[in-house]
Amino acid sequence: MLFDYNMLDDSEKLIYALRALYRQAGYTQYHMSKFEEYDLYVRNKDFLVSENIITFTDTNGKLIALKPDVTLSIIKNNIDEPDRLKKLCYNENVYRVSSGSGCFSEIPQSGVECIGCVDDQCIADVISLALSSLALAGQNFVLELSFLDILAKSIDRMSDDKTIRKQVVGYVSEKNTHDLEKLCGNNPLNDKYCKLVEKLTDIYGTPREVMPALKEICDEGGLNKEYQKLESVLSLLRGNKYEDAIRIDFSLTDNINYYNGFIFKGFVEGVPDHVLSGGQYDSLMRRMNKDSSGIGFAVYIENLEDITIE
Amino acid sequence: MDKIINIALPKGRLGDKVYDMFEAAGFPCPSIREPNRKLVFENEEIGIRYFWVKPSDVAIYVERGAADIGVAGKDILLEYKPDVYELTDLGLGKCRMCVAAPKGYVENTKRKLKVATKFSRIAQDYYSSIGKNIDIIHLNGSIEIAPLLGLSDVLVDIVETGTTLRENNLEVITEILPISARLISNKASYKFKTEQIKDITNKMSIQAGLRND
Repeated sequence: MLFDYNMLDDSEKLIYALRALYRQAGYTQYHMSKFEEYDLYVRNKDFLVSENIITFTDTNGKLIALKPDVTLSIIKNNIDEPDRLKKLCYNENVYRVSSGSGCFSEIPQSGVECIGCVDDQCIADVISLALSSLALAGQNFVLELSFLDILAKSIDRMSDDKTIRKQVVGYVSEKNTHDLEKLCGNNPLNDKYCKLVEKLTDIYGTPREVMPALKEICDEGGLNKEYQKLESVLSLLRGNKYEDAIRIDFSLTDNINYYNGFIFKGFVEGVPDHVLSGGQYDSLMRRMNKDSSGIGFAVYIENLEDITIE
Repeated sequence: MDKIINIALPKGRLGDKVYDMFEAAGFPCPSIREPNRKLVFENEEIGIRYFWVKPSDVAIYVERGAADIGVAGKDILLEYKPDVYELTDLGLGKCRMCVAAPKGYVENTKRKLKVATKFSRIAQDYYSSIGKNIDIIHLNGSIEIAPLLGLSDVLVDIVETGTTLRENNLEVITEILPISARLISNKASYKFKTEQIKDITNKMSIQAGLRND
């Protein structure tokens, strides 16, 4: 019997279309085991979306876990070569507690990881690939992009108090400037940086729309180096077919401890949750005793179940 | 108007005030005032669809994208921590989240404090922040009765005027935080209906400001 493409359902079509996209961009398919030693996840549990992990004991007595995340396994199982760039792509299932039911579910993910020498061009290429991935999933899509260093440094200069900083990050992620303002009013914080963080929280738009205002904020906050870095990556994306789908948004603060630099999330019209998530994770690499840098993203195939793939 | 904005309103007294505010801000839907049992009301002309839901469910409708925006109390947002944007404080439905106990209550420090509440997470977060280990007794209503019958030592609940507490010989020991109604938005909707949601937020913030003046 001949293989007929139309026999595939929409999510299978998407998985193959993404794989083709990543292979064309020079990524090597990477397969991994369904389980890993539990120890890997315990040491890095802050990086995981949920702390709940399915575990079992291997015949040799070792505690094993069904993989809740792909990135950690890829980092662990690859030799540290900071002078080279390794480009890997995957389709894997991860096992996590679903936020809706509170029960474990098997979640299919496709994605890419670039490990090694990550420069501005590599960051721009990964962001561009994220845009192309979203274009495969829907006609109308948005990739929100943040450069964490700008926000993190502003918050650091606002207060030394860890509890307050955590609260500030929470308010920024909710775009909640009213409670942020109250917090600044009720605590002895650096007033200049309070105002800057409020302004950063309000920023939302295409690079063309928001970069002039952001430049003023960064000039005022002594964050020119950080602004230049963001501008440098954005300049490499100029002329990209999907450039207008980028939105600069500092409310993207997921896992500020592990991610650094650029982070992003993708949305497709008609899907109420994000369908793509990724960023740079150099801090995670250092924590795992690796000198390489890393950037990658995953596409949440499950969230795209109701979308028709052309 | 290009896209319809779905707005989840909390059923009840607060919801009526919230709708009045939307109307004053320039988003009327006259059919909502008609006496009937309908739950969904649309004003096609201005691209707005309202629907009434249980106050504690507003955040779920918004988080899951059935509503683009909605109005929920800060208590619900802190208790369920939905992944939504909190765009403005409407200043409506103002009250306080408090710890209350029978008048003259003295804590027994030899055992764990028993706390009755509908808001387990808020109570847990508050007591962790002051380094206290507690035993939570989750109840769904009539929290005031718990310390009176010896089910708990104290209660954590919303206090509006304090009348129920006074009439039951209870008093506020600590105020945990002030509560009011917030305008919230689904994160994905914000990306695709940005201008409309920003417009509603600005106009509602102005109305909230007028009320406070």
